Amino acid sequence: MNAAATPARRQLHPPPVPASPFPYHPGSLLSASDLSLDEISQILTRSTALENQDPLTRDRILAKRRVALLFYESSTRTRTSFELAAKGLGADTTLVSSLSSSIEKGESLKDTGLTLRALGAEAIILRHNSSGAPWLLEAETRLPVLNAGDGMHEHPTQALLDLRTILAHLRPGVETVTTETLTGVTITIVGDILHSRVARSNMLLLPRLGARVLLCGPKELLPELAAQTGPRIIIERNFEAALRQSQAVMMLRIQAERLAGLQLDLEEYKANYQLTGQRLATQAPAAIVMHPGPIIRGLEVTAGVADGPQSVILEQVKNGVAIRMAVVERALAGDAQGGRA
Amino acid sequence: MSALVIRGGHLIDPAAGVDGLKDLLLKAGHVAEIASPGKLKQTNGANGMDAAVLDATGLTVAPGLIDMHVHLREPGQGYKETIATGTAAAAAGGFTGVAAMPNTRPVNDSPEITRWMQSADRGAAIRVFPIAAATRGSKGEAINDFAALKSAGAVAVSDDGLPILKDGIMRETLAAAARVGLSVIQHAEDTRMTQGASMNAGPTAFRLGLRGWPNEAESSIVERDIRLVQELRDARAHLHVAHTSTAAALSAVRQARRNGLRVTCEVAPHHFLLTDEHVGLYNTNAKMCPPLRSAADRDAMIEAILDGVVDAIATDHAPHAVHEKEVEFENAPNGITGLETALGLSLRWLHKEWKLPLGRVLSLLSAQPAALLNLKGRGTLTVGSFADVVVFDPKAEWTYRARDTRSKSRNTPFDGWTMQGKVRWTISEGCVVYESA
Repeated sequence: MNAAATPARRQLHPPPVPASPFPYHPGSLLSASDLSLDEISQILTRSTALENQDPLTRDRILAKRRVALLFYESSTRTRTSFELAAKGLGADTTLVSSLSSSIEKGESLKDTGLTLRALGAEAIILRHNSSGAPWLLEAETRLPVLNAGDGMHEHPTQALLDLRTILAHLRPGVETVTTETLTGVTITIVGDILHSRVARSNMLLLPRLGARVLLCGPKELLPELAAQTGPRIIIERNFEAALRQSQAVMMLRIQAERLAGLQLDLEEYKANYQLTGQRLATQAPAAIVMHPGPIIRGLEVTAGVADGPQSVILEQVKNGVAIRMAVVERALAGDAQGGRA
Repeated sequence: MSALVIRGGHLIDPAAGVDGLKDLLLKAGHVAEIASPGKLKQTNGANGMDAAVLDATGLTVAPGLIDMHVHLREPGQGYKETIATGTAAAAAGGFTGVAAMPNTRPVNDSPEITRWMQSADRGAAIRVFPIAAATRGSKGEAINDFAALKSAGAVAVSDDGLPILKDGIMRETLAAAARVGLSVIQHAEDTRMTQGASMNAGPTAFRLGLRGWPNEAESSIVERDIRLVQELRDARAHLHVAHTSTAAALSAVRQARRNGLRVTCEVAPHHFLLTDEHVGLYNTNAKMCPPLRSAADRDAMIEAILDGVVDAIATDHAPHAVHEKEVEFENAPNGITGLETALGLSLRWLHKEWKLPLGRVLSLLSAQPAALLNLKGRGTLTVGSFADVVVFDPKAEWTYRARDTRSKSRNTPFDGWTMQGKVRWTISEGCVVYESA
């Protein structure tokens, strides 16, 4: 690296980087870093309240409001839970997916977004294979946009539901978070960090509450510069060493669809990074085991661990609905239209 | 024949070593006379002629600017830019000559297209100097007939937009170009390292979830090319590195020059001003090839300009239609416009902020690129040279508005930026081709 070959002779004062105009809409959730700790606390509090509310009164909250789900990638958990969340609040939802719409005919994201807005959509939930797509959609439509996963970039509602899951086990009863809520807690994220939007959102969220985040994986899937993403993010390539320090361990799927020609020796990967019952019992017998799904049993986790007593994987799924109810409610709050008072 | 007098201005002609108050008489497309204020002989006395007069009091008069790296998109992509609109934007930016890259549709790899681009039918406001493709279709496989391209008007060869990747082909290109006295302009990008990349590799790309473009993709090609020039040193091969963006590539150029090789380079304003952090949240108007780099690389560009290692400022003006840039970052085409902002940014930053003398800034934008492309009678205003002149107010500050552009496209990261130095007149071969209020 010769970048420092020409030492600066003076202070250069180059042009500054302009401030970001995003988000344009206060109801948008584009990045986990957009939320203040107060907003995170509100979302957590509302999740619990909405989860506990009688479904027959809950469905009046967003009665007949229109929410569009725009999905450019396949999804089971995220799509279904956003849909259940919006419907649970009484909203009308419509699903547009890239394989059964004019997107197949070449319609742009901008035009698709403007069309949904013209059809009355008041918020758009977007899953897209291209990093940054939600920012484009928000800039063009100025609607509240909820990022349901963009390429290799972010998946903020996943980070929020992961936080809710972690709090339930490590800080039961806590819904108001501060910079010290997770002080003393170490969470290890294991595997394909490079291609993981779940990892990025969690790396932006959990350290702000005081947690230490260990990243664990091979060089091909975890570049050194990942540690520069923020404070309290540390690379620990030795899985056993990482497990020994962890109260929560988050396993990731190898994203075969994003490997872009990268060749991986899966047997070697499993030998080093698979979470087995043996590893878990010896190194982290008290840690919770998380996974954003979809799980590839027998690759990153064994079936025994996925189904075992330390696994909170299905709790994460359940928390997803509660978090997304709060996030959809927030998107449409203070923006009442139509016949709603 | 019409004549034009530019009266009362401060002439800066770095190539001729002139820096003072002068009147100029332009006649028949050439500089006819230069004299102290009020002393022009040919306009005095009985044989005085009928000449239009431009009052340049308080203004700087300089050789018209030369941009050695632009994409005018014709033939083939007139919806992005035409030779007429691109050169109108150039004239507004103070340019009187632009060298047009060959990555048109079809690629300019023939004397026919080279001539077509220079035809008066294109409606160019200023001179267009085609750079012809080095290889057939810019595919990097078979080199073109450089002698024929040169006689059709090509001023250099390049496969810009793509590198000349194969060692043997690049070597052959350098040797063949040297035989006919043309420079080889290399787009230094090892495309084997940049598959799927959409911005500079580094922490910002990681954070944004975008695939990164390593510095080595540029520097390894520059280093390889310099080795070839070294091997061909008896043939006096000339390598010019286009849009240099990395400190490592600059180091290689600096070292090659110390070794006496004919290796030159250009830097674009965006690479000496911006970093990969200016991508912000997926601003497609900050996406170009090579990408915006780290702060260390950007600082190295500034230092190399101040040190004199950089031979020219070139814009890499690359217009794209609005709908092409209003897409997902990864899907957006590379490139930004630059003809209207190069002078204003160079004066605001290189001159005002970093104290590069005005004459040196102007030399990087005129005399030096003219010399690199061997444009006789351009880039200077001595008697007998072409009457290519820019007259500007060096102190005036103004705000650039992309919506007011003369280009067909407005894909610039400099919308709303403060510029210094307002062009009053641009004169191409004696004709006023741009005039501001």
